[in-house]
Amino acid sequence: MSATETQASPVHQTVRTPDPNAHPARLKADAVSVFYGEKQALFDVSIDLPEKSVSAFIGPSGCGKSTFLRCINRMNDTIEGARVAGKITLDDHNLYDQSLDVVELRARIGMVFQKPNPFPKSIFENVAYGPKIHGLARSKADLEEIVITSLQKAGLFEEVKDRLHQPGTGLSGGQQQRLCIARAIAVGPEVILMDEPCSALDPIATAIIEELIDELRSNYTIIIVTHSMQQAARVSQKTAFFHLGKLIEEGPTEEIFTNPREKRTQDYITGRIG
Amino acid sequence: MPGSNEHIVSSYEEELTELARTISEMGGLVEKAVANATEALIRSDAELALTTVADDKKIDAMQNQIDEMAVSIIARRQPVALDLRLVIASIHVANDLERIGDMAKSTARRSTQFEGIAMSVQFKNGLRHMGELVQRQVRLALDAFTGRDKDIAVEVVERDTDVDALYVSLFRELLTYMMEDPRNITMCTHLLFCGKNLERVGDHATNIAEQAYFLATGKTLVADIGDLKREQIKS
Ligand SMILES: Nc1ncnc2c1ncn2[C@@H]1O[C@H](COP(=O)(O)OP(=O)(O)O)[C@@H](O)[C@H]1O
Ligand SMILES: [Mg+2]
Repeated sequence: MSATETQASPVHQTVRTPDPNAHPARLKADAVSVFYGEKQALFDVSIDLPEKSVSAFIGPSGCGKSTFLRCINRMNDTIEGARVAGKITLDDHNLYDQSLDVVELRARIGMVFQKPNPFPKSIFENVAYGPKIHGLARSKADLEEIVITSLQKAGLFEEVKDRLHQPGTGLSGGQQQRLCIARAIAVGPEVILMDEPCSALDPIATAIIEELIDELRSNYTIIIVTHSMQQAARVSQKTAFFHLGKLIEEGPTEEIFTNPREKRTQDYITGRIG
Repeated sequence: MPGSNEHIVSSYEEELTELARTISEMGGLVEKAVANATEALIRSDAELALTTVADDKKIDAMQNQIDEMAVSIIARRQPVALDLRLVIASIHVANDLERIGDMAKSTARRSTQFEGIAMSVQFKNGLRHMGELVQRQVRLALDAFTGRDKDIAVEVVERDTDVDALYVSLFRELLTYMMEDPRNITMCTHLLFCGKNLERVGDHATNIAEQAYFLATGKTLVADIGDLKREQIKS
């Protein structure tokens, strides 16, 4: 953590509309900035992300949505030359604490990517992999139980129960994405991050994933990056609008899509800036 | 980038502009209908009254047209924020305008029914006054809507108490004429219904102003101050 971040950027105020009905936030970001080498990609982003609800990050491409999402499970650590400043806390523990075990962190904060990326293994092995390496199953029966419930929670079990030992790569795109969600769920995370999880899917597969996200909401803190504003409006309770690396406005999704307070937010969601 | 007010998709922009323009056009027809109906009533001009009744068909057709445009934009464009407000408010405003048109039609039709009844001009003075006031209300409400001007919208809503007060005094005045001479009753009852119609026009103008306020601010106008004033006048 360095303390050099705030001098360079001009003071920027995020417009915030509080939500009196929001669940408490266990995950909080405080003045997070990200640099890729010399270039600053994210400027002082602070936001509370409530549990048991879906928060959506929207904004034109290149505005820093994925960059910010990757801060939350410390994926930026793996990028050469990337530097993160500021603080992200889960239950008041700083995720960037030196003593924190990053592998354990990634079990608490699962991630689903844009393109479904199942391992070239069986459906069963794809889901069993995480619980195995984290030592979550004491017996074979335990592991089976975890795999089955994860597949059920991901809404995939009925479709694959007869071919659990066939390759995951043989599934359709939408099924593969649900397999990846099952894989994320299997290690018992508290937070699920999704980076444009439907952008490679057709409308029906997308609808199924959206339905699933809505079901999962009651048990997790879900954060979704999406370039589809309609998707953000459909699935999320909170929306955050990013532009040029800054968090411009955040608030209840309904407010953001009916009466945003910032002109830039309005221009973006109504299709006036790209 | 910020600063531009146009949609990236220009055909979408055109559809929204066209919707707003159609509302203005319908508003123009309705203003004229109210003016004509009042005029026909005051001057006992049967010909003008009949034209006013006939012209109402155009107003009805325009409401359908606006509804269709709005539904089509919702279905194809999924409007949000101010665009959504424009579409929803347009549906409401078109509905109120159509009702105002009906009030004008009803007044015009009624004005043809007292042909041959002798009547002193002073009976109509109150109505002339009311007609002028509600025409102004309709015009201002439409200005507020077109210009997205919340101050004008508030002014219209507050001014509605004047229309209501005028109607109450018209009612008392006509009642006096009826008590003076029972032969006035038929005439005065007709006039009272016309007065009621104009008072309703004022209410619809208020609704339009409330939609204008919603369009401009994204918030609904709580007209409780106006309600209080109304209570005071009626009691
Ligand atoms: N690994 C990287 N190295 C250098 N620059 C990057 C890297 N990843 C992203 N960026 C830059 O950071 C900015 C934000 O990118 P990103 O977070 O991917 O935006 P979004 O997800 O909103 O499209 C962009 O200007 C992008 O070019
Ligand atoms: Mg991205």
